Amino acid sequence: MLQDKDRIFTNLYGQHDPGLKAALKRGNWDGTKQLLEMGRDWIIDEMKASGLRGRGGAGFPTGMKWSFMPKVNDGRPHYLVINGDESEPGTCKDREILRHDPHLLIEGAMLASFAMGAHAAYIYIRGEFIAERIALQKAVDEAYEAKLIGKDNKNGYPFDFYVHHGAGAYICGEETALLESLEGKKGQPRLKPPFPANMGLYGCPTTVNNVESIAVAGTILRRGAGWFSGIGRPNNVGTKLFCVSGHVNTPCNVEEAMGIPFRELIDKHCGGIRGGWDNLLAVIPGGSSVPCVPAEQIIDAPMDFDTLRNLRSGLGTAAVIVMDKSTDIVRAIARISHFYKHESCGQCTPCREGTGWMARVMARMAEGRAHKREIDMLLDVSTRIEGHTICALGDAAAWPIQGLIRHFRHEIEKKIDQYSANPHDEPVRVAAE
Amino acid sequence: MTKILVDDVEVDVPPHYTLLQAAEAAGMEVPRFCFHERLSIAGNCRMCLVEVKGGPPKPQASCAMNVRDVRGGPDGSLPQFFTKSPMVKKAREGVMEFLLINHPLDCPICDQGGECDLQDQAMAYGVDSTRYTENKRAVEDKYIGPLVNTVMTRCIHCTRCVRFTTEVAGITELGLVGRGEDAEITTYLEKAMTSEMQGNVIDLCPVGALTSKPYAFNARPWELQKTESIDVMDAVGSAIRVDTRGREVMRIVPRLNEAVNEEWISDKTRFIWDGLKTQRLDRPYIRENGKLRPAGWNEAFAVIAAKVKGAKVGAIAGQLAGVEEMFALKALVKALGSTSTDSRYPGNPLNPANGRASYLFNSTIAGIEEADSLLIIGSNPRKEAAVLNSRIRKRYLKGKFTISVVGENANLSYPTTYLGAGIESLAGYKPAGEKPMVIVGQGALNRADGAAVLAAAAKLALDIGAVKDGWNGFNVLHTEAGLVGALDLGFVPGEGGLDTGAMLKGGVDVLFNLGADEIDVPAGAFVVYQGTHGDRGAHRADVILPGAAYTEKSATYVNTEGRVQMASRASFPPGEAREDWAIIRALSDVLGKKLPFDSLAQLRAALYAAHPHFAALDAIAAGDAKDVEKLAKLKGKAEKAPLASAVSSFHLTNAIARASKVMAECAALAAGNAKIAAE
Repeated sequence: MLQDKDRIFTNLYGQHDPGLKAALKRGNWDGTKQLLEMGRDWIIDEMKASGLRGRGGAGFPTGMKWSFMPKVNDGRPHYLVINGDESEPGTCKDREILRHDPHLLIEGAMLASFAMGAHAAYIYIRGEFIAERIALQKAVDEAYEAKLIGKDNKNGYPFDFYVHHGAGAYICGEETALLESLEGKKGQPRLKPPFPANMGLYGCPTTVNNVESIAVAGTILRRGAGWFSGIGRPNNVGTKLFCVSGHVNTPCNVEEAMGIPFRELIDKHCGGIRGGWDNLLAVIPGGSSVPCVPAEQIIDAPMDFDTLRNLRSGLGTAAVIVMDKSTDIVRAIARISHFYKHESCGQCTPCREGTGWMARVMARMAEGRAHKREIDMLLDVSTRIEGHTICALGDAAAWPIQGLIRHFRHEIEKKIDQYSANPHDEPVRVAAE
Repeated sequence: MTKILVDDVEVDVPPHYTLLQAAEAAGMEVPRFCFHERLSIAGNCRMCLVEVKGGPPKPQASCAMNVRDVRGGPDGSLPQFFTKSPMVKKAREGVMEFLLINHPLDCPICDQGGECDLQDQAMAYGVDSTRYTENKRAVEDKYIGPLVNTVMTRCIHCTRCVRFTTEVAGITELGLVGRGEDAEITTYLEKAMTSEMQGNVIDLCPVGALTSKPYAFNARPWELQKTESIDVMDAVGSAIRVDTRGREVMRIVPRLNEAVNEEWISDKTRFIWDGLKTQRLDRPYIRENGKLRPAGWNEAFAVIAAKVKGAKVGAIAGQLAGVEEMFALKALVKALGSTSTDSRYPGNPLNPANGRASYLFNSTIAGIEEADSLLIIGSNPRKEAAVLNSRIRKRYLKGKFTISVVGENANLSYPTTYLGAGIESLAGYKPAGEKPMVIVGQGALNRADGAAVLAAAAKLALDIGAVKDGWNGFNVLHTEAGLVGALDLGFVPGEGGLDTGAMLKGGVDVLFNLGADEIDVPAGAFVVYQGTHGDRGAHRADVILPGAAYTEKSATYVNTEGRVQMASRASFPPGEAREDWAIIRALSDVLGKKLPFDSLAQLRAALYAAHPHFAALDAIAAGDAKDVEKLAKLKGKAEKAPLASAVSSFHLTNAIARASKVMAECAALAAGNAKIAAE
């Protein structure tokens, strides 16, 4: 279990004032100038050495991402864009950072911008996050007033921080769609290559990072890469915000060490599974887009990128959705399918047409109104979406269904059998929650 | 150049090539819907997926990936991608299945049937049956104007139409609204599109979502006779294909000609064909007691012969006249002892005596892309030559191109610097760059002080260095398809001859009017009108001789660049109408001045002997840059009157267009839009 002294987000629960004065007391903005004076290469090397992997879901090493930015400026400005469009069902970690620890984010943004030669950072905040935007804007204003950021600031590096508010589309959390939306266009993902590090915001070199990845940067640099990489398991180091929701006794957000076993995470922080450990059915460990993992596989699994990948799921954003045995898992996945159908941007064919197809089949299967042969067809359709689209939304729509069929095919078949045994108009009602 | 293996074929292509282009270079076929050579890359249909060796374990869109982005193997092997591997086959089948699940499959009642990309590619890359048992999506049809019919349920969201209208046509009126499977192509609030190029979206649409409204349910592509020809609606001379069924022209579509129209045509070119069927002159007429009555050819010729005897004769050629008939008419008038022939409007100073460069679009249309700056004088290229205007826009989109305007301050679909309305606003114009370009429109020339305006423009072109070795940036933009041919031919007053203005003022007793409908002939002269439509010219005629329209005869036209092109006969003139050169030849016999050719081939032999450059089809006999200096010396005093475009209504510039119901509807709509804009 993570000790209190190793926590980065010391005001995660809002027990203290999120304002600048209190933030300074918590150690934010401490020695930022000295860190900047260590130089660009030192920061990137330190971030690489810390082993921080991107907290937005894909787990790409953050230091390496920063190093992709052109070293020599060709006349175009560089930009840091922070992805605060936290829309993945189950995920609510960035929300808490924006609300309660905004200065960690602003400081991290300054350090990251310096490391990539950017003088401006934009944050794109999810449309529904209105209070969070106001909280962050307040913190930004404080930082400007205290001359921590701005054209001529105490830290000696001209840096501007802009808060942009989205309009509430899940797809705008995809980095290139976010850039399009930030530019004022329709939020549709771009083709890659060119990658944002080469042609990003307004055609300039840009790095897009998750809120959490940026917010931890300041503390990592202050306390050293060795401290951060000493927490957790090899290749999966550091601390991570877990958002536990669903059928646990006390759902919560908690900062924990990477690779904490699932059982420990739930017992220590969430008061155990509702109805005890025998009542656990399955867990979606990384937000709605990753495949679910059945109880027996997850109970003692360490919660980190590599372990969960080996379980054919993923850590994603560490949004742990716990489902006990009262859950109608087919209905649950059908609801997720509906979400992806609703949020598909409609740009490319497999996702536009395929998400609707899958959602409709899933809706029928949730009632049992289907043929068993359609299960394999659905699986095949999902593989024809996965990997064939411009962005990862196609994959995100396909994976939950693949996970369901992989582990809970018998549940679908049971429903079909029940329905065909009662061929009346009303679908069979099974206790849902 | 980079070497790359496509399947097992090695090709050497430039590194900026896309994989799709590399595959084509290797002779592999890659299916696609959204990709189009002349539009930006969208990469959204996902039909062109290929497998890249050593790349991520998923297929890549070949239209969006450059050859330089494919790495070779660590053992030094060449980069490679596959267009026929099992992964690719599965991906294509998957995409095709997705495209078809919500497609209505109403091919038997779809106008695109038989020339549909989706149909063809479903045959080649699809599977035989569907697994989709849900209800199909239905989408409400949208009104996007009188030219383009929509059946939006068929749409596959390739966004070619959106990219065309935004990039080439320069209107941001068509877009994709909504998201996911509810995304729909529409104009905002279902307003009609305002572009003169909108018909091209019909060709671009790979399915039957956007089809031609006037052509709807008229014919099937396989029952049409296809004739390659040349358009005469403006002086651009776009390459077209005329599709006929029996004697009837069913539609007109563009052909590829990189030098002229790339693959676009204007709406007037495309939708004019209903005008070919209405208001036609299908037999000779004679005016008796103030009224025209049908007559036979012999009767009509006899009336003319009686009038011509001892009379002063003159001839005016109209905008749709081909070189052949003008050649014959000029010979006839000369045989009758007159040198009064003209093809220009009163005041127009263009004269073949000044040399060919004095009246051509010397930079050539393709040359626009090389220019560094552009000055437009007294012209609205968007209305006068819509296809040429889109070439200017193409150049503008490449950047570092300033466009200045003297005359009308109109919306040309690209930003312009407005210098002023009159020719005096040229003062102080200093463009940047090596290759400045000046375009002088007919609106600046068809006026009493035309010579002075032309001289001022030529002088400016010389002053700013637009005319130099290897670059002639002095351009005259013509609006009428026949005029350059007429000037080449010398269809202007000979020694002692009268020009159009003098002829109209009563200088001749008998006036041969070869399809000139834009001039008003005052009472007095005896007018022989030879043309195709019952338009202004026919109303004033004393004898009408029915001729053939441009789709009904083989005739030579010279476009504004001086490019000699030949229109082909796609159908036959209606009723007793005949090809124009033959009418003149027959008339000459009756008048006792028999012209020395009995066939079109003989006529052409005589024409080519007199004017050899007409024999070189699809070529430009470039003018001498010194001709521009001659223009600069033209005398005259320019007035301060503002310069206006020669074309006030894009859709109604000639007799055929004025007979077209479709063009009338478009013109009314455009006029309404102009009114709304003014308010």
